[in-house]
Amino acid sequence: MSVQRSTVIFAWILLLPAVLYVTVIVAYPLVDTFILSFTDASLKKTTNWVGWANYDKIFNETFAEVIFRTFIWTFFSVSIKMIIGVFGATMLNAAVPGRAVFRLLTMPPWIVPMAIGIFMWGWMYNGQFGMISGVLQNWGLIDGPIAFLARGETAFWATIITDVWIGVPLVTLYMLAAMQAIPQDLYEAAWTDGAGRFYRFRRITLPLLVPSLITMSMLSLIATFNSFDIIWILTQGGPNGETTTMIIDTYRTAIGSKKYGEGAARAVLICIFLSIFCFAYFRVTSRLAAGEQK
Amino acid sequence: MINRYRWYELVAIYAGILVFLGFILAPFVEGFLVSLKPLGLLFSSPYKFWPENGSFAAYVTMWESVPGFARYIFNSFFISTIVTAIVLILVIPAAYAFARFNFRGSGALLGAFLAVNMFSGAVLLIPLFRLMRSFGVLNTYLAMIMPGVAFLIPSAIWLLRTYMMRIPRELDEAAFVDGASHFYTLRRVILPIAMPGITVVAITTFIGAYAQQFIYALTFNSKTEYMPLPVGLFAYFGRQEVIWNELMAASFVGIAPAVVVIFLLQRYLVSGLTAGAVKQ
Repeated sequence: MSVQRSTVIFAWILLLPAVLYVTVIVAYPLVDTFILSFTDASLKKTTNWVGWANYDKIFNETFAEVIFRTFIWTFFSVSIKMIIGVFGATMLNAAVPGRAVFRLLTMPPWIVPMAIGIFMWGWMYNGQFGMISGVLQNWGLIDGPIAFLARGETAFWATIITDVWIGVPLVTLYMLAAMQAIPQDLYEAAWTDGAGRFYRFRRITLPLLVPSLITMSMLSLIATFNSFDIIWILTQGGPNGETTTMIIDTYRTAIGSKKYGEGAARAVLICIFLSIFCFAYFRVTSRLAAGEQK
Repeated sequence: MINRYRWYELVAIYAGILVFLGFILAPFVEGFLVSLKPLGLLFSSPYKFWPENGSFAAYVTMWESVPGFARYIFNSFFISTIVTAIVLILVIPAAYAFARFNFRGSGALLGAFLAVNMFSGAVLLIPLFRLMRSFGVLNTYLAMIMPGVAFLIPSAIWLLRTYMMRIPRELDEAAFVDGASHFYTLRRVILPIAMPGITVVAITTFIGAYAQQFIYALTFNSKTEYMPLPVGLFAYFGRQEVIWNELMAASFVGIAPAVVVIFLLQRYLVSGLTAGAVKQ
């Protein structure tokens, strides 16, 4: 059937509302961020063009540290999410009684408002009265109370663990779906040849999961890089800025200190990093797809 | 048989599930126990896991400490419902267009929609703030609804498009041959068949809207009467100390309605998610 003109017009009519909406709420602000980053916009009435001044200002040692920290934070959070997610999916994929209920029970961190889950973790991390410090003391593993969120090193890991906790359900369910899409005859053929359970997992499941692993890591990478609520509620970037990631730093500058221009420059940097991730992702997936066709 | 497990394999699997679910559910268990403990027990050392002389008192007193709490729950539901409705109105026609018509630039446009996912809210906060201010909607429900919608559109389009692509094309063509207009076909042929898919999209959108009301509510709204649950819960952070048992009780009361809805609809949810996930 040839594509008629009226069909194309109809398609555009259907798309128009969504396109317009996203243009106003996402595309325009994106352009605006870019423009703002070259100005000294703030609460003042007048706004001046300042060229690269905002960018010059942020390229200093503290900000380099913030970028470095953001990458480390993201790297560990995404990796741990993927490891726990694949582990959970493998367990939930086993044909044992009760698995329907177990699958349902993985969902709560994802469907509950993020802030509520974060409050719960905030209490568990409490040094004086919290569960983690308390249980570790009761078991005699540590001598005194540890205020996890008040010390740089532990706060860094505490925010990562909470981020992992919120992200794991989606990774698990996605990986579970991917595992169920693997043809069962592969396993049966390997089983007939005498391959053990671990061998089948390593030689069939894992290789066939690679495309899904890459897609999910990518989605997870973007979400984690942009992760705001968790750090903001738990530590607000403290103590001593040791949990300040780029997004927290941007929020502080722009909304906290009302330096819109400097904040926008930071936001532009975040966008550049995100674009690089996406570009890399498309390169990798297209190469994978090409490899499959050979 | 291939799926028969030896006893030690079964033990290992259940142990693995226990560890995994333990990590997932520990905060909820602890949160619930905290809601049962009196404040005196909470703020005492050494730590006690079980609530001795625990009670549901916090579930009563929470309404007195923060009288506006019911309003916060209502706000959360109200915002999520409106967001879901707008998303569906925008996404159903768009998903149909992407699923059926292959016009020039359709692939690029779909890619552009998916790219929206990259800029989740926080990055665009400054211009969004200015935009909301120039629309004159700061400190209203709209300031929390409008940005929320935009960032839920991409995954909704993706999910629904995948679903609609599985509806046989012959149906459209048969209607077309019978002289039905494009619009009539969409409304009378496609919509009824796509209903299960639309339900899934509606549920996931609602969950997304309900779970992610924080940053816009924090930044674009300062009126107590419009606050959604996640921001409203900060009311339990008193001047001296956090009233933890009431905070936890309020959290459980706040999520209960959403959990009930999701539990009733989970059948659709799991099947819909997996349908959207595998086909990539």
